[in-house]
Amino acid sequence: MAEIVTANRLGDGIVVFLDAQGRWVEPFAQAAMFADESAKAAAMAAAKLSEARNEVVDPYWVEVVARGGGFAPKSLRESIRAHGPTIQFTFSGPARGAERSAQEGVHVPL
Amino acid sequence: MYRYDEFDFAFVSQRVDQFRDQVARRLSGELTEEQFRPHRLMNGLYLQLHSYMLRIAVPYGLLNARQMRKLADIARKYDRGYGHFTTRQNLQFNWPALKDTPDILAELASVEMHAIQTSGNCIRNVTADHFAGVAKDETVDPRPYAEILRQWSSLHPEFTFLPRKFKIAVNGAAHDRAVIQAHDIGLQAVKNAQGEVGFEVYVGGGLGRTPMIGRKISDFVAEKDLIAYVDAILRVYNLEGRRDNKYKARIKILVHEKGESPMREAVEKEFAARRAEELTLPAEEVARIEAYFAPPPLKAHDSTSARVERRASRDARFRDFLATNVAAHKVSGYSIVTVSLKPIGKPPGDASADQMDALADLAEDYSQDEMRVSHEQNIILPYVALDDLPAVYDRLSSVGLSTPNAGLVSDIIACPGLDYCALATARSIPVAERISERFGDGARARDIGPLKIKISGCINACGHHHVGHIGILGLERAGEETYQITLGGSGDETASIGQITGPGFSSEKVVDAIETIVDTYKGLRTDANEEFLAAFRRVGMQPFKEALYERSAGSDI
Repeated sequence: MAEIVTANRLGDGIVVFLDAQGRWVEPFAQAAMFADESAKAAAMAAAKLSEARNEVVDPYWVEVVARGGGFAPKSLRESIRAHGPTIQFTFSGPARGAERSAQEGVHVPL
Repeated sequence: MYRYDEFDFAFVSQRVDQFRDQVARRLSGELTEEQFRPHRLMNGLYLQLHSYMLRIAVPYGLLNARQMRKLADIARKYDRGYGHFTTRQNLQFNWPALKDTPDILAELASVEMHAIQTSGNCIRNVTADHFAGVAKDETVDPRPYAEILRQWSSLHPEFTFLPRKFKIAVNGAAHDRAVIQAHDIGLQAVKNAQGEVGFEVYVGGGLGRTPMIGRKISDFVAEKDLIAYVDAILRVYNLEGRRDNKYKARIKILVHEKGESPMREAVEKEFAARRAEELTLPAEEVARIEAYFAPPPLKAHDSTSARVERRASRDARFRDFLATNVAAHKVSGYSIVTVSLKPIGKPPGDASADQMDALADLAEDYSQDEMRVSHEQNIILPYVALDDLPAVYDRLSSVGLSTPNAGLVSDIIACPGLDYCALATARSIPVAERISERFGDGARARDIGPLKIKISGCINACGHHHVGHIGILGLERAGEETYQITLGGSGDETASIGQITGPGFSSEKVVDAIETIVDTYKGLRTDANEEFLAAFRRVGMQPFKEALYERSAGSDI
């Protein structure tokens, strides 16, 4: 079972994923997938360490599945968490919203 | 409206300072998340799916222009340019950063606002009729009592750690626009034969996973005893309410398990024991608070306006707006305007910063510097002169806020659902958007007539689905969203809990199912004047069940 590690960043609450270099990144497409048990243990240990350093809140595993030529979270909840609300909500928002939309271009489609 | 005194200012500023310190300690690691969580919740800050969410209290939904502009400023400066008005007459920002929240709270304090008691097991923001003080059918203005209850319940040491959250609503008109019977305590302000103000008291209403209609435990609690009586209810609940199971901890479960009469007796006993103490409301204090809500000096005018009639005669959309979004006012020559935050195909209750600014300007120019947030997620302009209606309509149109659908099928209440909420099991907003696109705000919606559709994305029922004429509850089944439909709910003075039609519908089919229900109603109503709820109450569930599950291909089962 392939899984990725996710959490919310402490300072702003934004959803982040652990990448292959052990950094927290916003784009879901850059999340590292872990399949074997020893790699998973190491990844979660790193995530917990980061939590202890007050960088993120509540890291946990998300199951991902192959979809549309890439991979995507198995559950709808985690898909929405990874890709943002499924509704159009931007009126005249500042940079943060725009940054996120720009990143969404590289996400694996639902 | 109520204005902060020196004590209020000092108190709210002190809370901001305390929270600033708590946030700093959390960011530095001095506080763990577990230690910090109760502090942030006490200040209305949740961690949701995508970000933090800040819920700001709007006491009984009342806002002035300065406050609305501040909300718009905060939306631009700290959030993503919009806010979401909620079913508890509050406002939520969906994207604030933790590090910014002390500054946001300081900005709110500068306009006499805060986020205290918008979360946690305490007495939450007291809600009231959004037409309070201006409705033609009103007996007593509920706002002074809502304000008295707000002051009394703010940081009340005895009621800060209740078994569960606690919601109080106050209504003072013949028509219940505050859904009082679905609240932990519902207060109906009335006058007795001597013209004295008192309250009918309902206890143990609530929605969520165990929906209940409140039981009336008193026909008349005198004004001076309001706090003592509410205090007695809270004391009984605080002592006897269950703390072992959070799903059984609301007062509705206590009332249900204890029984209506024993509950009444327990409250009366507590009340009798304590009424002589300091909780009697002094008449002069009531008068002092009432003065804040004194009606503005409106000069009565003709009950018709030639200017309005001229415009209506050549503009069908304006006519539609008059028919649904403009209500009768206490004062001749004035009207109450409901600004629908339900543009067709858009998230219910959202407003952009620019729209909030436009509403603030309109309130200043045409509505005595006052607005209300309704529990139906709309904004009310309570003092619009009839002659000003064309100008107000045009200005609303210029910012996309003149949708003429208040009270119609597309004026849908919806919780944030799985698009934002960490507790949700299914999405609500996209369903609301698709239903509103299906029926629109034109001839079809007007032919259907008054119809309240309410959607919740989980069993906690923030979207009030149990009291929707048509209620929709989003659940998850085997990884898919599924929507259970209820019919016949009502949140007014004839309150009732909706009945489940049967098996649920997939996201793809739920809008067709709603259309089947609406078409069935149209087929069986006695005439165009028989509204959906009346027709349902006359014929019952059977015709709808047949249409949904036997004749129609709508069901997935």
